[in-house]
Amino acid sequence: MLVLIPLIPFLGFAVNAALGRRLSKFVSGGVACTAMLASFGIALATAWPFLFGSADLHAVEQNVYTWIKAGDFVAPFSLRVDPLAALMILVVTGIGFLIHVYSTSYMHDESDSEYARFFSYLNLFAAFMLVLVLGSNFLVMFVGWEGVGLCSYLLIGFWYRKTSAADAGKKAFIVNRVGDFGFILGMLLAFVQFGTLDFQRIASALAPMAPEAEFGTVSAIALLLLVGATGKSAQIPLYVWLPDAMEGPTPVSALIHAATMVTAGVYLIGRNAVLFSHAPDVLLIVAIVGTVTALMAGTIALVQNDIKRVLAYSTVSQLGYMFLAMGMGAFGAGIFHLYTHAFFKALLFLGSGAVIHALAGEQDMRRMGGLKRALPVTYWTFLTGALAIAGVPGLAGFFSKDEILFRTFEHGHVLLWGVGILTSLLTATYMFRVVFLTFHGASRVASHGHGDPHGGGHPLHLHDAPPAMASVLIVLAVGAAVAGYVGVPHALGGDNRIERFLAPSFESSAAAIDAAATSEISTPTGSESSHGVELPLMLVSTVIAFGGIGLATFLFLLSADAAPRLATRFAGVYRVLTNKYYVDEIYQTAIVEPVQMVSRQGLWQGMDVRVIDGSVNGIGALVRGGATALRQMQTGSVRSYAAALFLGVVVILGYYLFN
Amino acid sequence: MATLNDYLVLSAVLFTIGAAGVFLRRNLITILLAVEIMLNAVNLTFVAFGRFHGSVDGQIIVFFVMTVAAAEAAVGLAIVIAMFRHRGTLNPEAFKTLKW
Repeated sequence: MLVLIPLIPFLGFAVNAALGRRLSKFVSGGVACTAMLASFGIALATAWPFLFGSADLHAVEQNVYTWIKAGDFVAPFSLRVDPLAALMILVVTGIGFLIHVYSTSYMHDESDSEYARFFSYLNLFAAFMLVLVLGSNFLVMFVGWEGVGLCSYLLIGFWYRKTSAADAGKKAFIVNRVGDFGFILGMLLAFVQFGTLDFQRIASALAPMAPEAEFGTVSAIALLLLVGATGKSAQIPLYVWLPDAMEGPTPVSALIHAATMVTAGVYLIGRNAVLFSHAPDVLLIVAIVGTVTALMAGTIALVQNDIKRVLAYSTVSQLGYMFLAMGMGAFGAGIFHLYTHAFFKALLFLGSGAVIHALAGEQDMRRMGGLKRALPVTYWTFLTGALAIAGVPGLAGFFSKDEILFRTFEHGHVLLWGVGILTSLLTATYMFRVVFLTFHGASRVASHGHGDPHGGGHPLHLHDAPPAMASVLIVLAVGAAVAGYVGVPHALGGDNRIERFLAPSFESSAAAIDAAATSEISTPTGSESSHGVELPLMLVSTVIAFGGIGLATFLFLLSADAAPRLATRFAGVYRVLTNKYYVDEIYQTAIVEPVQMVSRQGLWQGMDVRVIDGSVNGIGALVRGGATALRQMQTGSVRSYAAALFLGVVVILGYYLFN
Repeated sequence: MATLNDYLVLSAVLFTIGAAGVFLRRNLITILLAVEIMLNAVNLTFVAFGRFHGSVDGQIIVFFVMTVAAAEAAVGLAIVIAMFRHRGTLNPEAFKTLKW
């Protein structure tokens, strides 16, 4: 049963990949969407007992077949669902299905074969993500892990005739390889240490141990896995591929950012919650990486002009929040944010896609504005998403983000909490900058279509999202509004259902965290005692959210010259931010160029040309040179041959005679 | 009374004359004659050894050498005539194309 969840999208991929060029758009899109819907149905049926069944159901497992068996090493291809995986498969298939439906309309301008290619990739992406989520051991997860990397490459570079898109695809793939390397090393080390790759076995092997006080093997495993996670989940130092991934079609961005790919890193940490909580040092690193990434990406998002780029940096920033939560040991809160984020980020991306669709490929917000009237559905749904991500009370983002900030504060990391709050302010500001620049104010829309692969240059007529897109936007907007109610905190009279639901997946990790906490300083962890703190904190973040929106209103809506004046006033800061802290340039000079230099000068010119080619050519030249010298002796003159013969005889006889 | 050594010295001198003739003369027929001198120098050695060791083996080998030399002279002269017809000269330096 479990195997069907990834298998059906995979079959959808196979059909579209094999027969795609002969199928009409209706059929190939229909196959892809049906596959996702079927997968969602099975996922729902699988998750149902976890959601509404008895509380003592911990995991359902299916051993598909024994994949590798070599000596002591056995790697079954087995899938397992526990509450965490149940939530993930619902997000992946559910949001994934909506994105598929949206794409049927969004990609309609492509030719039939390209259309089928697109949907085959989308299906494959979902299939691999489901393998990643369902895998019961590192090796199966790694299959999905690499698979989503491949699909991200294929989809980001979907318009491969465009150099920038092809480059962005390669960049995503290569940066991810760096992370994958960490994943592999972590996996190998875990096998050496525990003798198994099964997540549950590793967790139960670790459970009786105390958390590592010093940096030991477990910490090393966790750190290596973290490297893998930063690659997939776009955290410092490997986040650089995600903003460039905007070169792909917009539904792809939504898929990568909401349902698949970037959540993999967070999921990896959640999956190995026990392991990570036995490595407190690494957990702190996770939290710091997350916080710094959140702040950095938030500040960059503030000044970008490409609507999708702002959203991309916003994703990086929100993933930073999830890492912060993971680092605080609040795995439930992190996954909760992942789940709510999936709704509103998919919504925002698809909304921006609707805008881009309406403007025939225009992505620059400086050439938008005043679209509120022309695109009412897009506007209202996008606004819902923006309110949700900004953390306005009552919407999804508020509950999850607040939970993360509360847990951070509760753990006594006031500095990280402060940065989190600051990022929250930035989030509200840049999101409403997007809203105001895109939908409000005077129209700055160019009179005809922009030269982009999507528009095809047909004359521009502003049209709201077609039905397939609009319905998806509305569904997601409802989701973004209400998804948070599964995790209403105790302080507001809820009982935080989602964290209770997820708890079995992280079990014994919470105990380890508590042990670590009590051994150092006793921080209040009981939820009852912290109500007193949680409510004021909530008030602070609410004020911050509205403050950010207000700031954006002032800067980008009311006062026409406030933002430019600010930019000129702090020209240095502005330049650093628009250039994204020069990180790409630094990587270029610090890593890419030395590598190219070594490859070119050392490996190519030195090793390949000199040593390898040199030795082969050298042998040839030696033989040739020797032959040239020796053939001079072959004069053709009979008498010189006779002389040589005679001399030879004399020498040999002389040798025997005088020896 | 001539000793074995005297015969051997004479034979060596004859052989050297023959060899020098083969290497230095510029006429194929002369070269063939020089080869004959070398063969007969060797024949002289065989006969001398046979005489001084009281064995007939030396003389038997000499008969063989003489028959082979007769055959060789016939074949050699035939080749020389063919070569002369081909190139119009008997200078061995003219026949150097068989190389490399």
